[in-house]
Amino acid sequence: MSDLTIINSAMLGEGAIEGIKHVINVMCEPHWFFIISCIGLAVFLIGYRRFTKPSFAIFTLIAFTVFYAVSALDSDFWSIIKKADNVPITIMMYTLGFCLWLGFRQAAINDQNMEEGKPLLEAGSDDKVLVWPDLVYAELIALLLCTVFLIVWAVVLRAPLEQPADPSVAPNPAKAPWYFLGLQELLVYFDPWIAGVLLPGFIVLGLIAIPYIDRNPRGNGYYTFKERKFAISMFMVGFVILWVVLIVFGTFLRGPNWNFYGPYEYWDMHRPAALQNINFSEIFWVRWMGQGMPTEDVAGLPYYIFRELPGIVVLAVYFFIVPFFLRVTVFKKLGDQLGFVRYQLMCQLFLWLVLVPIKMALRWTINFKYIVAITELFLNV
Amino acid sequence: MAILSNVFLHLHPVAVRKSGIRLSFTWCMGGLTFFIFLVEVVTGVLLMFYYRPTVEYAYFDIEGLRAHVTLGLLREMHRWGAHAMVISIWLHMLRVFLTGSYKPPREFNWSIGVILLVLTLLLSFTGYLLPWDQLAMWAITVGSNMARATPLIGHEGPLASFVMIGDVPLVHAGDDARFGLLAGTFVGPNALLRFYVLHCVFIPVVVTVLIAVHFWRIRKDGGISGPL
Ligand code: HEM
Repeated sequence: MSDLTIINSAMLGEGAIEGIKHVINVMCEPHWFFIISCIGLAVFLIGYRRFTKPSFAIFTLIAFTVFYAVSALDSDFWSIIKKADNVPITIMMYTLGFCLWLGFRQAAINDQNMEEGKPLLEAGSDDKVLVWPDLVYAELIALLLCTVFLIVWAVVLRAPLEQPADPSVAPNPAKAPWYFLGLQELLVYFDPWIAGVLLPGFIVLGLIAIPYIDRNPRGNGYYTFKERKFAISMFMVGFVILWVVLIVFGTFLRGPNWNFYGPYEYWDMHRPAALQNINFSEIFWVRWMGQGMPTEDVAGLPYYIFRELPGIVVLAVYFFIVPFFLRVTVFKKLGDQLGFVRYQLMCQLFLWLVLVPIKMALRWTINFKYIVAITELFLNV
Repeated sequence: MAILSNVFLHLHPVAVRKSGIRLSFTWCMGGLTFFIFLVEVVTGVLLMFYYRPTVEYAYFDIEGLRAHVTLGLLREMHRWGAHAMVISIWLHMLRVFLTGSYKPPREFNWSIGVILLVLTLLLSFTGYLLPWDQLAMWAITVGSNMARATPLIGHEGPLASFVMIGDVPLVHAGDDARFGLLAGTFVGPNALLRFYVLHCVFIPVVVTVLIAVHFWRIRKDGGISGPL
């Protein structure tokens, strides 16, 4: 081999790596990242019996670790994941992945056993064991492991301490603690009163309401997916996609001015701001009606209400008509089981859950901003 | 020994279902959450000996801890423990959900759990401010700015401008939901003191009480769930 070919192939290798990095950067753009995660979850839930086989799980673990480790060679990616307060996210990805595998693996085995008329993994549950010493012994070991883990973590990694607080020097980006970054990410698509107040409120109320809404008597006290497909799928979408995936996204892929930065991209402070966004009222009055935005009160209605009337109608239809439509179509059986009040409650929570990806998709496709934009009252949806 | 087992028997019945304690069933996540909470209490109380919640001292007390205490594990364990608790409580909730353990008769205990979840996040959030460095101040600024947008009671919240007596608007930057949270219009000395008290006294006490109720309900509801 001549020197020239060596140089050439080295450059080729470099080019290929840059190419791959570029592809991954693009795949991490908000819409792709979100869509790929959703597809991943759907594929996993549909094929949960196959994908929880130990061989497949180990393959996934190794593949992910290799990908993560190789990515860490990139200085931009490394500078993000090595930040002390981002380390918990790496730990969360591994522990959550493992726990999801463990849960769905047992669900797969149980579902298989039920079909074949064999006992559940949890069967024989009336056998009792003594708390002392058996349980206490197991607890002691868990406790020791946990202590060791925490101490090692504490020795290896120092807690961060930056410059003293200074109200006049705002960092860019200014990020909330990592466990709230999913909500901060939602600020891209919603106003603070929705992303920061309404949605968290619905999450808490929705969680509390779960046992009172879900009256399916099956799957109580054992792992199963087959018997509770709808409930578990909804929980997975809410928890894994809208909470965890958005946290990972908000931490790793949002840089200065909350702009998107690919994992191997340098956080450039001077990137231009995002495009101009458009509201539904503008689409309706200007594009469809071919006139200007209403600026005068009509029949006692303040002009801003009149201006936003189309959006208000859309929202009213979404929250008040769609439930009845769903009731006679996809949720026919579910609606019969739940009864009126429970069904309506479930449906409202469901519609809010779905509104989030709907607004995301509209933003990505047509730069859509608000369905209702009564900026005068800070009332924007 | 007798006393020790007495303490344990307070938490546990004499005998439990075999399936209930299989590690692969509970993942031991509730237990770990509780244990980490205890670690946080111990390290937290020790930290309180060194830390003064005022703008003059807070940052330098933390810096001093870092510089002078050998190995300086205290603060590290407290901080990483807090993160670990957030993760473990999520995983605990996930396992309770996947095993359907919120179903009757455990609905009420699930609700207690959700409140514990919220309080755990708030505990972590209030603690985040205490080092009084740039990271702390601005993370809390971003987080608490949300309160400004609370409908009706935040001064940039929807419909807040309708809240008035006669012609006098009631909701300003100086008296809205965010003001209540921070005891000021920005993250300043009052916010630090307020978060300190919430973090070290108020929330931990409430959490402790709720954990006791949580454990009592587990026993009331017939122990860890299992197939009927
Ligand atoms: C400070 C937080 C918490 C602590 C210390 C805690 C502790 C525990 C422990 C030790 C158990 C025994 C079984 C196990 O380890 O899984 C348990 C069970 C349970 N937890 Fe929690 N938990 C907490 C938060 C939560 C949350 C956030 C939820 C749900 C939203 C929840 C719902 C439940 C339910 C329903 C059970 C009964 C499960 C069964 O019988 O199988 N807990 N908890």
